[in-house]
Amino acid sequence: MTLRGHRVPMVFSLLVWLVIWEVLGRAGWISLIPPFSEVLASFGEVVSSSSFEEAARITLQAFGIGMALSFAIGIGLGILMGTSRAFGSLMGMWVNIFESSPLTAVVPALMALLGFGLPTMVVTVVLFSVWVIALDTQVGVERVNPSLVEMGRSFGAGRRRLFSSIVLRAALPELLAGIRLGLLRGLKGVVIGQLLIAVVGVGYLFELYSRNFLMPEFWSLLIVLFAFAFLASEVVGYFERKVSFYASSR
Amino acid sequence: MTEPATHSPDAAVGTPTVDAAVRVVDLVKDFGSDVHAIGGLSFDVPRGELTSIIGPSGCGKTTTLKVIAGLAEPTSGRVEVEGRPVTGPGPDRAMVFQDFALLPWATVLRNAAFGLELKGVPRRERESVAREYVAKVGLAGHEDVYPHQLSGGMRQRVGLARALAVDADILLMDEPFASVDEQIRRKFQEDLLNLLSDEDKTVIFVTHSIEEAVYVSDQIVLLTRGPSTVSTVVRPGLDHSAGSDSVRRSTAYLDWVERIWQELESYLEN
Repeated sequence: MTLRGHRVPMVFSLLVWLVIWEVLGRAGWISLIPPFSEVLASFGEVVSSSSFEEAARITLQAFGIGMALSFAIGIGLGILMGTSRAFGSLMGMWVNIFESSPLTAVVPALMALLGFGLPTMVVTVVLFSVWVIALDTQVGVERVNPSLVEMGRSFGAGRRRLFSSIVLRAALPELLAGIRLGLLRGLKGVVIGQLLIAVVGVGYLFELYSRNFLMPEFWSLLIVLFAFAFLASEVVGYFERKVSFYASSR
Repeated sequence: MTEPATHSPDAAVGTPTVDAAVRVVDLVKDFGSDVHAIGGLSFDVPRGELTSIIGPSGCGKTTTLKVIAGLAEPTSGRVEVEGRPVTGPGPDRAMVFQDFALLPWATVLRNAAFGLELKGVPRRERESVAREYVAKVGLAGHEDVYPHQLSGGMRQRVGLARALAVDADILLMDEPFASVDEQIRRKFQEDLLNLLSDEDKTVIFVTHSIEEAVYVSDQIVLLTRGPSTVSTVVRPGLDHSAGSDSVRRSTAYLDWVERIWQELESYLEN
């Protein structure tokens, strides 16, 4: 961003919004929005509390297991869909339906099936994130230059080697985009799952804070989540930028 | 028309080749039930020579080469390499691709070494071999750059270095200069001949350029329009010792170009 020819750092726009937030909060028009200074004051307290530590542990555990499953299932499914035309058209419709459907509705049914604990949260994460990973992997695999595959075969690469050394590597730009989107959806999934379960993790804390109208604490927790999501996305984004140069020259 | 001075083309037709590195025998290739690409192709590729396959576009030149490479299955007929039928790709053959087929994420050196990498040759060894061939194709000093930083001609030199590095006896080249500028193309043709004079290779070279085929080939296989068969086999075998400029101006060269053009022209008219 530039202003009258001067380069303005990105932080500046953030500052502007924080000032607007502070003014809105102090005006007291909307009871849901406390002044930013109050949120900041409660931030340290929230983050250092034992209930937060417990919630973060449970949430990260469910998120971690769920995402690991999603990567394995999503990438595997995507490779199969991208390499076999028959399998691709067999699965394509379903994956697209699940990708675009409001899966939140399924969570209560999952609870009835799997209980109020870790399994429900993990399955929610997978349900939210796996489809976009599968679809992006499929697109990546389909875009691999066929002559690269022929080259590999002609120099004696077996099926396994073709995939590890050529196909997956060539599909990396799309694969990473899928992983980045999948991480964000998985994070949504774990929080939504916990909110519906209402007795565990970060979702429980949200529930607790909003029921007792602890808005500064509520916002502090939201900022932690924003920051986590931003960080996860930026880390994958960093690798995406490293490989983007060959997305156009394959 | 005057007969070219070196060999009589008609005398060369159908002459059985004693020492064939590759034999194509009654090769037929259909795609589905409608498309008949190759309809019964037979020719021999003499060992240690450069044989070009040329013909009207869509005549199955590249398909023929892919069957020889073991990348495509023939519908019927067979290809023999050193007397053994081809069932798939093998270390006795190395291919150079029309679109270069370089790994965009790998440096020139790693690309040139990639054939060896797939064969499981240790890193130090394969890189020293690749370094040697990168220098031989004229890219010394470019080992650490990436393909997208190179021109088309330089990229194809990397493709050539990769194929030479695996030390296969047979080099299969699929329109290697088709994506290269005309000026660079001529230089590349000369460099290729110089390179091959040091290496004891049998080369099968697919091209759509008559001039190119006459300039580089010991033997040219002319194909008819698809479903293709062998129209005729000729052996220009020009003497390159006088230098490229005098070859391209020689009557023998020009007569061969004219003769092949007339042969192909009959397939273009209808």
